[in-house]
Amino acid sequence: MTSRVRPGPGGADPHVDGAVRAPRSSRRDLRPALNWLGIAPFLIFALLFLLLPTLNIVLGAFRSPEGGMTLDHVAKLFAPSILKAFWTSIRISLFSALLGGLLGFLIALAMTHGGLPRAVRDPLLTFSGVASNFAGVPLAFAFIATLGRLGFVTVLLRDWLGFNLYATGFNLLSFWGLVLVYLYFQIPLAVLIITPALDGLRREWREAAEILGATGAQYWRMVALPILTPAFLGTIALLFANAFGAVATAIALTGSSLSIAPIILFAQIRGDVLQDPSLGYAIAFGMIAVTGIANIIYIVLRTRAERWIK
Amino acid sequence: MTSSRIWSWVAFGLGVAYFLLPLVGMFEFSLRARRGEYSFDAYASVLGDPQFRTTFAYSVTMALVTILLGVLIVLPTAFWVRLRMPRLRPLVEFITLLPLVIPVVVIAFGYIRLYNTSSILPLTGSVMGTNVLLALGYASLSLPYMYRAIDTGLRTIDVPTLTEAAQSLGAGWATILGRVILPNVLGAVLSGAFLTFAIVLGEYVFAALLNRPAFGPYMVWISGNRAYEPAALAVIAFAITWACMGLISLVSRTQKHTRARS
Repeated sequence: MTSRVRPGPGGADPHVDGAVRAPRSSRRDLRPALNWLGIAPFLIFALLFLLLPTLNIVLGAFRSPEGGMTLDHVAKLFAPSILKAFWTSIRISLFSALLGGLLGFLIALAMTHGGLPRAVRDPLLTFSGVASNFAGVPLAFAFIATLGRLGFVTVLLRDWLGFNLYATGFNLLSFWGLVLVYLYFQIPLAVLIITPALDGLRREWREAAEILGATGAQYWRMVALPILTPAFLGTIALLFANAFGAVATAIALTGSSLSIAPIILFAQIRGDVLQDPSLGYAIAFGMIAVTGIANIIYIVLRTRAERWIK
Repeated sequence: MTSSRIWSWVAFGLGVAYFLLPLVGMFEFSLRARRGEYSFDAYASVLGDPQFRTTFAYSVTMALVTILLGVLIVLPTAFWVRLRMPRLRPLVEFITLLPLVIPVVVIAFGYIRLYNTSSILPLTGSVMGTNVLLALGYASLSLPYMYRAIDTGLRTIDVPTLTEAAQSLGAGWATILGRVILPNVLGAVLSGAFLTFAIVLGEYVFAALLNRPAFGPYMVWISGNRAYEPAALAVIAFAITWACMGLISLVSRTQKHTRARS
């Protein structure tokens, strides 16, 4: 989804752009003020309920109680417990994004190019729509009922196979447990985003590669994957942000026992009187910084991946 | 080709197991309320709980208000961008995608700081104000879905021609949007609306932090107090999500048919 935001490689060339657009835009700009009026409600809404609240947090992270600038709040991020929470969050988001992206890619591949019958496709896409939105509290309940200590699968394994899942050190309320649960909405989301890109691979490209003597593996490595890389990177970036901000699933699953960044922030805000308002600002700022940096990495990788498309 | 087909089926099978088992587990667990036999006791207890009814009704109302707000904000904007300001499309799309990038907790924190009782716009000061703020927050969460759905819908119709035709017949902007554009993209609007409905109904973070009695916080609360009811609630929530998605594909299918016939 994020991939649609960036202008295409063609639009990056200012000469081409200016030459084509100049005469048209001068005609269109006859009533510029009126034109802006048309999207003013949207811009005001976005400003008031999306941009300003976020900006307020960012500025708050650098504002001292006296009103001056300070780095004291941000310094609190480097307390060992907070750093550890952020690190856990980043790792969970990264693993669930990479695994989810990869598995979602494989499922989408099986669906579009792997010879699965057409009848599988529509139900699979509809189910992906359901599962990618089946996040939050109910998802946590479903997994507790399945893999919790008294869950469906746990009990089946114990009664039928004599296999005690929890004796192996498995715990749903742990790092990998959380990754396993997050995958439930990450994989379908990846399927939904990648499928259009895979549909865009033309049969002619494969045929052209085969005529030139390429094997199937060579086709994928040298033709299809380079074309898909930008879409794939975009998917990973979105999945990362998706997992990084997911609070409801984690809270419903672990209470607040697992220390990850969004849960700490949630607990900070919830504790009616903020125990330490500046720490809340700092954590929120840290979270914005992490998703911001993740997106910058994505944009850089994407530009490099797209460099050859000229 | 055959080996790739086998692998496709293996991948498909594993996927089905991973995605179906939690649903089966959740359903099975929700039936265990009576000792030694399966029963729907947990469902009866949930549905009979007055708190379930009030929180559910509250969230449904919120979802409907959010959908109304979302359509009122997104439809004119997407229409105007297509008609007059195509150059701004990347910017508008970027803004609508922000809710997917900025963590919801952070946005909620921003609301509490920006609209608290000592601010210029003290929305959190009264119950009604908080409800309004919650609906506006939900509307911003729904932006990515609403905008994408409606913009895709607008792509399939000839916006400039329809607008000029309506204008030459003397229609104002409200008439054009409400009676020409909206009926033509109704399927897309409904897709966005059902998705928004499913998201708002189970939303937890905003409602919990703004302290409103919504369905999401109720589910978390009950999980701390009961054993089998949470699973029953999860089944109900899943059924609602499924119904919304089913309605979306139904709407898009009937849309295709009507267009093919005309």
